Order: sequence, then C-alpha cells, then structure tokens
Amino acid sequence: MEHWFSLLNSYTGAIIVGVVVGVIVRLRMLRTDYRQYPTYLHGQLIHISLGFIAAGMGAVAVPALIEKQYTAVTFLALAAQQFREVRNMERETLAHLEEDELVPRGSSYIEGIALAFEGRNYAVIMAAFLCSLAVIEIHLWAGVLLGLALIGVAGILRSGKYLGQITSVELGKLRMEGPSLYVDDIYLMNIGLEDNRKRIMNRGIGVVVSPASKDSRITLANLGQRQAILHDLSVVLGVFRDTGEPSLIPLSKRDMEDGRLGILCLPEEKEPEQVLQVIRNVPVLESAVRTPTEGLKMFRGGKKSG
Amino acid sequence: MAESNGNNKILAVITEKEGQVAGGVPVFIVPGAKERQDTAFTLEKILDGMVHQLNEHTLLIVYHV
Repeated sequence: MEHWFSLLNSYTGAIIVGVVVGVIVRLRMLRTDYRQYPTYLHGQLIHISLGFIAAGMGAVAVPALIEKQYTAVTFLALAAQQFREVRNMERETLAHLEEDELVPRGSSYIEGIALAFEGRNYAVIMAAFLCSLAVIEIHLWAGVLLGLALIGVAGILRSGKYLGQITSVELGKLRMEGPSLYVDDIYLMNIGLEDNRKRIMNRGIGVVVSPASKDSRITLANLGQRQAILHDLSVVLGVFRDTGEPSLIPLSKRDMEDGRLGILCLPEEKEPEQVLQVIRNVPVLESAVRTPTEGLKMFRGGKKSG
Repeated sequence: MAESNGNNKILAVITEKEGQVAGGVPVFIVPGAKERQDTAFTLEKILDGMVHQLNEHTLLIVYHV
C-alpha cells in the first residue's frame, strides 16, 4: 500500500506539470484574430477541452511506460483517431459556413485551418510527454524549465510564412478597354454594364503581386492561395458587394507569361496602403507550397551521379 | 465563384436586331444602346447573373458557377 502511495506521489508531479504545460501550449497556439476563427467562447472552449485531453494523454503516457503498462500506449492511437475526427469536424463546419460568405475562404484555406487544429493537438501531446519525462527522469524543475521553453517555441511555430516574404506586392492601375477590365497589363474580366464599370473604376483597387522566385510563382498560381488572398481582404477591409450584384466580385487573374497575379479588390473604404499590407500578411497555404527548384536540383544531381 | 469551372450558363441575350442570336435562350430585342444597358441592368438584378458585352450590339447575362 505504501509502495503505491509513494509511486503516485512521484508521478503526480510529472502528470501535473505535463498537463499544465500541454494546456498552456494549446492556449498559446489558439488565437482568435481577424480570421474570427475559432469563434469566441464556444469554439475556443471546444479546443481548450481537447487540448486538456491531449495534454493528459501525453503526460500519463510516461508513467504508464515506466510501469511497463505497454498497453496504455494504445490509448495514444485512440487519441490520434479522435484528433483526426477534430479535423473532419473543423472541415465540415467551415465548409458549411462557406455558403454564407460573400467572398468564400476556398477549400485550400479550410483544409489548412483543419490541418492546423489536428497538428496542434499532437504538439500538445508531445510537449506534455516531454515535460512529464523530464520531471520523472531528471527533476521537477527540469520539467518546468523545459515546459517554459516549449511554450516559447509554440509561440514561434504558430505562424508560418506570409505572402509578403515570397512575393512583392504593388499597386496597379485599373483601366477599361471597351468592356475589358485590366490591372496594368493583366486582363481581369469583361464587364457589360456601364454602371458597373463606373463603380469598379471608382471603388476598385488594382494590385499586382509578383513572385520572387520560381517556387513562389507556383504558390501564387494556386487557386486556393488566390482565394485566400481575396477572402482575407474582404474580412479585414470589408467588401463592396451584395447578392444580386454578381459583377462586383473581387477576383484575381494570372499573367501566364511571368506568373504575376492581377487582383481587383473592392474594399468598403478605399485605402490602397492597407490593401497592400493585408495582402502581404496573407498566410502562405501549406497546400499551395511547391518546390520545383528542389526537384530540378534532384534531377540534375541524379543525372550527374547516374 | 470567380473561378469558372466550365458550368457557366447564358441566361439571356440582349441584342439590337433580330436574327443576330438564335438558340434555346431568351433573346430580348432592344434597338437603342442606352435601352440595352437599362434592360441588362434590370435583368442582372433579377437573374443574379453577370452582364458581359459580346460586341457593340449584344450583351449576355451569364450565370457563373
């Protein structure tokens, strides 16, 4: 009996440190910003609760392994299943909400968000596992210190690349040539109504996004990435459109010669500098990233050695 | 919405003279340029389709999927 009690004590500290670190890591990576997702309170509650469960699993896994309770590890598989479910849940919710958006997110953006939710739970498990391990194998304070370090790292890893880092974003001049709308020399669309032409010339802002490298050229061509730009613009700066106004649609077209992207945006307030700022801060979607230059290197390397 | 996937549909045609357009689509014959714009404007609001100008004499209302 006494043996069990001492055992419990030695592991309790580890589990508490693991769970606390795990939950804080989750909180650090859970931030409601201009994307307004997850929504306040209820959406956040779901993710904090799931983060708590993940932290608990990670923290308990270490004592279980030390006590040679190897079957306990199968619970981790169960957790993985559970978190995959979270990803599906997020995807479905966002896909349903999509119908009510004036400028939709696009499925790549949704997939990116859902992926992040699943991935972050695994990060929580790992953080809790490592802290719990440090407490048991080294010392309580070692676990706490490691926890603090992991919480710091979580804040850095939270955000990926931004569009401004891989492209240059500049204002372009919108102009009409008959019914055709151009931004600089990039053709955007055909507008039939005089009324809409006037409104677009008055309210619209033209932007040209030029890729900085071969890799970013492909990222920029991705339809999901382009939709993400338009969605973020509409969220931050509002959008001058409504149902029954199909011509007033923010859109992007690509110059196929050099990969530049021409964007027409219709913000509620015409503030060109802010438009540029928002576009520079659009996240680069994981699903849009390609690295053809790496592939070329590989092929060249293969030829040489072969 | 902006990116067409090939399922776009012509909902109506507004043209100057009879005989310029034929086929299974409502055709509105409107002689004056200003009147054509007005008709297209109203139809755009009603049909929620986008107005495109094919040439000086013809406007199309297209539903973009």
